[in-house]
Amino acid sequence: MALIEIDDVWRIYAMGDVEVPALRGVSFHVEQGEFVVIMGSSGSGKSTLMSILGGLDRPTKGRYRLDGIDMAELSRAKLARVRNERIGFVFQSFNLLTRTSALENVELPLLYAHGTTRTERHARAKEALERVGLADRARHHPAQLSGGQQQRVAIARALVNKPAIVFADEPTGNLDSKVSTSLMALFQELNDAGITMVFVTHESDIAQYGKRKIVLRDGLIQSDEPIVDRTFAKVAASAAEAQP
Amino acid sequence: MSAMSLRIALRALARNRVRSALTMLGVIIGVAAVIAMVAIGQGATESVKKQIASMGQNQLMIMPGSSSSGAVMFGSGTVQTLSPQDAAAIQRDCPSAEAVAVIVRTRAQVTFGDLNWAPATVQGCSPSYLDVRDWAVVEGENFTESDVKNAAQVCLIGQTIIDNLFASESPVGKRVRLKGLPFRIVGVLDRKGASTFGSDQDDVLLLPWTTCKKKLQGSTFNTVDQILVTAPTSAALKALEDEIRATLRANHHLQRDAGPEAMDDFTIRNMAELLSAMTATTTVMTSLLAAIASVSLLVGGIGIMNIMLVSVTERTREIGLRMAVGAGARDVLSQFLVEAVVLSGIGGLIGIGLGAGGAITVSRVAHWPAMVSPQAIVLAVLFSGAVGVIFGFYPAWRASRLDPIEALRYE
Repeated sequence: MALIEIDDVWRIYAMGDVEVPALRGVSFHVEQGEFVVIMGSSGSGKSTLMSILGGLDRPTKGRYRLDGIDMAELSRAKLARVRNERIGFVFQSFNLLTRTSALENVELPLLYAHGTTRTERHARAKEALERVGLADRARHHPAQLSGGQQQRVAIARALVNKPAIVFADEPTGNLDSKVSTSLMALFQELNDAGITMVFVTHESDIAQYGKRKIVLRDGLIQSDEPIVDRTFAKVAASAAEAQP
Repeated sequence: MSAMSLRIALRALARNRVRSALTMLGVIIGVAAVIAMVAIGQGATESVKKQIASMGQNQLMIMPGSSSSGAVMFGSGTVQTLSPQDAAAIQRDCPSAEAVAVIVRTRAQVTFGDLNWAPATVQGCSPSYLDVRDWAVVEGENFTESDVKNAAQVCLIGQTIIDNLFASESPVGKRVRLKGLPFRIVGVLDRKGASTFGSDQDDVLLLPWTTCKKKLQGSTFNTVDQILVTAPTSAALKALEDEIRATLRANHHLQRDAGPEAMDDFTIRNMAELLSAMTATTTVMTSLLAAIASVSLLVGGIGIMNIMLVSVTERTREIGLRMAVGAGARDVLSQFLVEAVVLSGIGGLIGIGLGAGGAITVSRVAHWPAMVSPQAIVLAVLFSGAVGVIFGFYPAWRASRLDPIEALRYE
């Protein structure tokens, strides 16, 4: 059984009397451990697809199973539970709570997970921060952290619930190329450790870090193929260092 | 889940300390106003009760009534219809009567040495008057029935007279003069303070009513100005009133149902009724004050709603994020509701402190009576909590209805 099974998914927005289809029958599967990059120009439907995959929205028609759960049928409350327990999100604009320590930001999803104790939450948030290399910044507020560090906190927050899959929406969109590279190294490392990744980006060089590329156009899949000459962030970083 | 909502809400409020404090201010002022107003109102009620009690509780006052000639009514007190025999009959025939005292009033100048003073009240009475008024003799002793019988020239004096005529020496045993006649002071009355109507109850000289009638007034009529009767309990007052009416009508030979000629020639006034009337007045005043103060609490509630609505709009992205990481609509609803209730609750507690402190300060400085009652505090706590729930609900509901995708995109 694939982790993501999406079959003939449509999403139609009703704009007054006019119906605007954002997705027009999209189908693909994602297996455990994949690193999928979804590309497409604006208006191609990639954001809509991401919302549906992340359980923030439901398809108008079609089937979507995540980890064996039929997501198209769930109520809002049940979707929230699934998001909490099985999905991690990383956003372009970090979306950290201001005036709140990194540790508390990472703890946030655990506050909505039923039956965690305070010490458990602390331990797991610390562990997640360690994983993104920010164990020493646990007490810092977002304003005291650089953009790259803030995004790492956000990644720790996505990891803290040990999700089956992490969705990232242009996670390097607000960062310079050097910081982007080091973040991509982190994502690749996490992927190597077994976490399934689904990325949305419009930067083709960022897309090269993935293993598989799906290109959307006008609500349909234009191409779905494995990435050849994949970039490895660690190699790229050392190559950049080596340059005079 | 509620403990978690509380934790989330407290963290969110701590992130915006200044705004939280300003929002609370509305509720603080509202609750403080309610507490202070109710405290002052209840204090006033208490002091009215106390003052009326100092006039004598469970007491009936019998005054000569109006007389009539043909169909022409004369005013109350135009004839002297009460006699010491009436008092004796009441004492004898009314089983509910406890103590009975007669009163004869006059005006006189008191002289002691080269000092003189005109007491507000110079009153002849029976020795039982002190029982009726629940008034103690702090020095010396009361005059006796035999003093009344003999029209003895003895008197009791109140504290105000002592202040004016006697420097430091004890007045007991001293002789004062009233209308040229020497009177021996046998006792000093306890301090009673001002009456409900503001007159000084301690500016008083009491003497046997026979002495007053015969020697000071020089009257040969056998009438008294007033009879005071007490009942053992306030519940017995009604029965006592009926008994007295029957006794006096029999004594005055008034027939039943015999037209205006046979109307009561006396008036019975119930002090308990006066008490309840005064209490009712102050209660109305208290309610009125509390109602006005409640308006400010209402305004405080609207302030909370206003700030919470702004807060929901401002924190749209935060709400979107919380939803993305797994907060359900109920979690968001309870977070914002708890925030509102915490704001109004803490505001309420501070308001109680300020209101109680304010009421006590005012009562100390301005000598107003103030009484902070536990009921008012409980009521204020419940009320401010309710304000939080009522005015916090709409913003919280709006927050919970947000679409996470839209919310995350909100700029």
